Amino acid sequence: MNSKAANNVATGVIYLLVTAVVGILIFLLGYILITGVPHVSIHFITSAAESFRAGGGIRDQLFNSLYLLVLTLIISFPIALGSGIYLSEYAPHNWFTGLIRTAIEVLSSLPSVVVGLFGYLLFVIKFNLGFSILAGAIALTFFNLPLLTRSIEESLEDVPNLQREAGLSLGLSRWKTITGIVFPAALPGILTGIILSAGRVFGEAAALIYTAGQSAPTVSYTNWNPFSAASFLNPMRPAETLAVHIWKVNTEGVTPDALQISSGASAVLIVVILLFNLAARFLGNWAFKKMTAAK
Amino acid sequence: MQTYSFDQKHIIHIPTEKALTTENLQVFYGDNHAMHDASLEFPRYRITALIGASGSGKSTYLRCLNRMNDAIATVKGKIIYRDTNINSKKINVYEVRKHISMVFQRPNPFAKSIRENITFALRRNGIKDKQELAYRVENSLKSAALWDEVKDDLDKSALALSGGQQQRLCIARCVAMKPDILLLDEPASALDPISTAKIEETLKELRKSYTIIIVTHNMQQASRIADYTAFFHMGHVLEYDKTEKIFTNPQIKATEDYISGNFG
Amino acid sequence: MEGIKSETEDKLKMDGIKKELRNPSKATHQDYFGKAISYICITLVGCLVLSILYFITTRGVATFTENHVNLWAFLSGTNWNPGMLDSHGQPEVGALPMIVTSFCVTVLAALVATPFALGVALFMTEISPQKGTRFLQPVIELLVGIPSVVYGFIGLSVIVPLIRHAFGGTGFGILAGTIVLFVMVLPTITSLSIDSIRSVPMYYRSASLALGATRWQTIHKVVLRAATPGILTAIIFGMARAFGEALAVQMVIGNATLMPHGLLTPSSTLTSQLTTGIGNTTMGTLPNNALWSLALILLLMSLVFNVLVRFIGKRGSMKNEFKSCK
Ligand SMILES: Nc1ncnc2c1ncn2[C@@H]1O[C@H](COP(=O)(O)OP(=O)(O)OP(=O)(O)O)[C@@H](O)[C@H]1O
Ligand SMILES: [Mg+2]
Repeated sequence: MNSKAANNVATGVIYLLVTAVVGILIFLLGYILITGVPHVSIHFITSAAESFRAGGGIRDQLFNSLYLLVLTLIISFPIALGSGIYLSEYAPHNWFTGLIRTAIEVLSSLPSVVVGLFGYLLFVIKFNLGFSILAGAIALTFFNLPLLTRSIEESLEDVPNLQREAGLSLGLSRWKTITGIVFPAALPGILTGIILSAGRVFGEAAALIYTAGQSAPTVSYTNWNPFSAASFLNPMRPAETLAVHIWKVNTEGVTPDALQISSGASAVLIVVILLFNLAARFLGNWAFKKMTAAK
Repeated sequence: MQTYSFDQKHIIHIPTEKALTTENLQVFYGDNHAMHDASLEFPRYRITALIGASGSGKSTYLRCLNRMNDAIATVKGKIIYRDTNINSKKINVYEVRKHISMVFQRPNPFAKSIRENITFALRRNGIKDKQELAYRVENSLKSAALWDEVKDDLDKSALALSGGQQQRLCIARCVAMKPDILLLDEPASALDPISTAKIEETLKELRKSYTIIIVTHNMQQASRIADYTAFFHMGHVLEYDKTEKIFTNPQIKATEDYISGNFG
Repeated sequence: MEGIKSETEDKLKMDGIKKELRNPSKATHQDYFGKAISYICITLVGCLVLSILYFITTRGVATFTENHVNLWAFLSGTNWNPGMLDSHGQPEVGALPMIVTSFCVTVLAALVATPFALGVALFMTEISPQKGTRFLQPVIELLVGIPSVVYGFIGLSVIVPLIRHAFGGTGFGILAGTIVLFVMVLPTITSLSIDSIRSVPMYYRSASLALGATRWQTIHKVVLRAATPGILTAIIFGMARAFGEALAVQMVIGNATLMPHGLLTPSSTLTSQLTTGIGNTTMGTLPNNALWSLALILLLMSLVFNVLVRFIGKRGSMKNEFKSCK
């Protein structure tokens, strides 16, 4: 075969592979939306789940997912920001920094079950928190920290050094230069990073089944006292999330309409994550425009 | 390339009041000995130009003067400001930089509005009074010859300004801090001739109340605005004198070759 | 008179400035504060990783130190039934079936995914960078974004029945696991390969094209060769993801702790055994300890993948340095 023909064949194969991948994605999204959306209704989203009867909804799971997400971000963002600032602004070139970078790499490549099991061991068993939203949020924080830290570090590093020098040469402290000048300039990137990580956290289940638990006790959405056991805000109650729910109804096989419920819940999950993705793009661009705009 | 001796130097002392003096200033980037023994005196309320070929150490020297090299280089020797050696570990660098401010080669406004670019550092330094802030914004922009161009859109993002305007904003930002000494590292090298002329005008005006040290590649610029000129060559200061002396009657061969364009 | 007054004023001002220069100010304290905060955060992260390693390791070795299970018996035994004793009175904790299954799905998924990933990566970098980035970048991002339970659910409701119809049996097993994992690791391998191919300098390509090579020859002989270390790294990252994936695999693998006899029989991976088992065993008993030992294997493998990536990175950069020296 001459080289010209080989070239054509190879190009053809590449086109074929690309088409296949695009096809897979279209199939996945199509399947989820086509089988799932018909099951999504107001009733589905606003009623409680049923274990042994058909017709259950996902109200509590959806709320739990969102609540966990918010708690996770509240815990992980400050730590990730501090770590990101250390890595991009302060980190000296020494063994300590090297060790820390390795540690973060290791953490980011740990399987999420292992992270979840660690959370189970430490918080559920050792600290006796039991299956709880708090334990789940901490486990998700571990899961979220490395990627969020890295994305914050990268956004900070993308800010030109000239900006730091400008701040310093005006007699500002390094800390004020970072918080007042570098951080705002990095904000579009940081926002995008947070929202993308929110999408990951929202869909995560393996780290949660033994930390936040697999049950969604009935809670009252009118009880605003977070210390009351029946309150929806109580962080010490077990909380099955949407993703865990999909896993559970499929593996336990006691819910008669497991297929419909998982399709519907998957569709909701995917739509929310798509929204996160769009929001990340949109908000990042918007913040950047706002920053450079000729208002 | 022709080699010049580093033994022959012509460096004058300043008879009038000195704003800043360096004694035996040496800079090391790791093993790279980038600055050997620079001893210069800068007169108050005058413009001093630092000239020399690329890589001769002008920026390196200038950045030492307000301790911007702290993080990247080792600096030895003395920098005397108000009878104090400010090149010492015990000195509060943030205070130093309030008195000795720097404008960089490339304009670097903050990603904030024009007004905030000027007020940001002022606020952090405890100036909260609205009137005082407004007054300083107007005054500094006027002394940087930018006021007329931007007075109607002070809340516009500074990044939307042209390069020349951005650089003048950076000068205004420094001036608003009311420093003693202004350091400028090739402030006009990225700008068109009109913006350059404007900045030169600005500097001549500022000379009345500030001591200015400016790095420039542009011989004409040096001769137009500077009272004194220092010539740098490969990490040494070879000649330092009144500007007209340097340009009409240089004492050192290297200087002569450099200003007549026969260098290297 | 005036002159003297302003002179003393000057002198006072000068003394004030001298004092300011010598003494710490608000800025100095701010800086200590900021530094302290960032050091605390980073130390927290470091301690977190250390304690994960410590806790999982101490629990994981309990099987061998407290229950005196033989390490070799654990790694090579083929019967997993931690509640029972075998004919020699030893507990039946042979983890080999899980280990083998985990490696099978991982390697197979990476093998299947690599050609697709390279196809997409080459399309996006060499064939049609504009269109590629425009349309394929979102495709990759979406594939990353789909949560693993959703992959598991589709595997369970589409792939498993499909396999059952085509080949008989239950449909659960390594084949189903491989197919699900293949899609899951595809975006990982693709995006890292893209990075590595993009970092091949442009003049490599122009030089090759100028010598009259076709595009494919250039890709094959120059670009792919130069990008090999990066692509290997990408594949290892993909394998690490596949090895550690729990729920999606657990939903389609069948969860029978048997030695796999083919691609179609139900079996069980380390992760699937862990997720199924932890909740049904009591802390501190052998069946529970044995599960923590599986978790330890997962942890160690994740470290091995890390080391491999570093090793390849070093080799790759050494080779490049050597080239540039020549
Ligand atoms: N951050 C740095 N790290 C290491 N070496 C440096 C650094 N900055 C400058 N140097 C070295 O110091 C020497 C002097 O550089 P410097 O930037 O001071 O020259 P310059 O006179 O300002 O040149 P130019 O006119 O091009 O700006 C050069 O040899 C350069 O390589
Ligand atoms: Mg320079």
